[in-house]
Amino acid sequence: MIIPHPLLGPRDAAEFVYKGDATLIDRPDGLTASDDEMHDYAYLRDNPAGRHRELWYHEQGDRSWLVVTRDTRTHEILKVELARDVARAAGRAR
Amino acid sequence: MRYSAWNIFKQGLTGNKGWTRAWRDATPKADYDIVIVGGGGHGLATAYYLAKEFGLTNVAVVEKGWLGSGNIGRNTTIIRSNYLLEGNQPFYELSLKLWEGLEQDFNYNAMVSQRGILNLIHSDPQRDAFVRRGNAMQLSGADAEILDRDRLKKMCPFLDFENARFPVQGAIWQPRGGTVRHDAVAWGYARGADARGVDIIQNCEVTGFVMDGGACKGVETTRGTIRAEKVAVCVAGSSGRVMDMAGMRLPIESHVLQAFVSEGLKPVIPGVITFGAGHFYVSQSDKGGLVFGGDIDGYNSYAQRGNLPVVEDVCEGGMAIMPMIGRARLLRMWGGLMDMSMDGSPFIDKTHISGLYFNGGWCYGGFKATPASGFCYAHLLATDRPHETAAQYRLDRFRRGVPIDEKGQGAQPNLH
Repeated sequence: MIIPHPLLGPRDAAEFVYKGDATLIDRPDGLTASDDEMHDYAYLRDNPAGRHRELWYHEQGDRSWLVVTRDTRTHEILKVELARDVARAAGRAR
Repeated sequence: MRYSAWNIFKQGLTGNKGWTRAWRDATPKADYDIVIVGGGGHGLATAYYLAKEFGLTNVAVVEKGWLGSGNIGRNTTIIRSNYLLEGNQPFYELSLKLWEGLEQDFNYNAMVSQRGILNLIHSDPQRDAFVRRGNAMQLSGADAEILDRDRLKKMCPFLDFENARFPVQGAIWQPRGGTVRHDAVAWGYARGADARGVDIIQNCEVTGFVMDGGACKGVETTRGTIRAEKVAVCVAGSSGRVMDMAGMRLPIESHVLQAFVSEGLKPVIPGVITFGAGHFYVSQSDKGGLVFGGDIDGYNSYAQRGNLPVVEDVCEGGMAIMPMIGRARLLRMWGGLMDMSMDGSPFIDKTHISGLYFNGGWCYGGFKATPASGFCYAHLLATDRPHETAAQYRLDRFRRGVPIDEKGQGAQPNLH
């Protein structure tokens, strides 16, 4: 797979480390969340066959985190965003 | 029809006209006691043991494709019981015991070949860890032996003992491990279940669950509604997709694992060999091909095919322990879908929905578990109590803080 990095252009997926479902960005507040909320966040996944938003960490590159939208049935990459932009848009980072 | 040497002789003399179908092409009835979703190895084994051990024969197995079209025909056929943790090892030892008696039990040649499995040791701490593992194995009644370098050299002279980075110091050996003809396992279980009255319904895709007052009362399929007292989902690889129809999220991600076969060679690999410093395992099929594999690709996938970086990584692992493998040509490679769970261990459990049962999360170790998975799932379905060896395979184990994490990786499915 080739991941079109928003800053660096097309990069081999082997340069990245896969970090799972992008909903992991939405971590509940550990001080106020219930046990169920923390359990569901840490352990349960939608695991869809089709469009999947996921985190890729460019470890062998610029060490940015990306949110890649990819079809899990074909491995086709549909959209790539910087994770920090996604987190900012969701009000999770400055 | 019972298969025997006498029957081969008799059929040979009568023009082989008396052989009958191994199982009927059943059409679905309106209702059953139990419907098993998924006609792979585990689903068929479940049906077989439900009929044979628990006398429940008003059972249907519904399969989306043809029988054995999923992972039962896509794995690398290895059987073993060399786990460490209490929640796993007794279960896998039960499975190995069932493998040992399987062919006589279901009267089918599954080519169970106990040619032994070697896990190579490359460092002193690794030897300590394997000694501990061997002790855990023996506590469950399994066999394990630590081989020193000289004994291993006699068994496998072709290994790269002097490898500069990962010298081979010895191995842990389980002589009772080995390989099995994987398709024959599906066929044998199907034939055995069918003969006892189970309906095996192929080309019948489940499209939804019949819910009635919060309880699961059957399945909607492409061949009509089938009602049942109990619905037993057994579709590892596609668990996320199927359980989504019941509105359930699982502690599972689906990943792709690739497997490889070389051209046919003269007998060279005595049993199963695994690399201890990377992820690579190899055995030799009866046709002579080296059957090998390694890591999963590492990203969510339902594609049944992988990418080239893992091919390179697996082949490098092979070259590191047996450089001679570089002279063989790769003949075939393919991918299969794995339910990768949050702790690397499976589930055999009731769900919170009455009447709906779940078996899945086998990661890439489901084939060796086939008999025990079927046996324990049948036990759960028949008695509503978990079998003692599968009592820890619960869906709520993360909530209760008791994961079964052999590798100690935590909730990162692609690292198990």
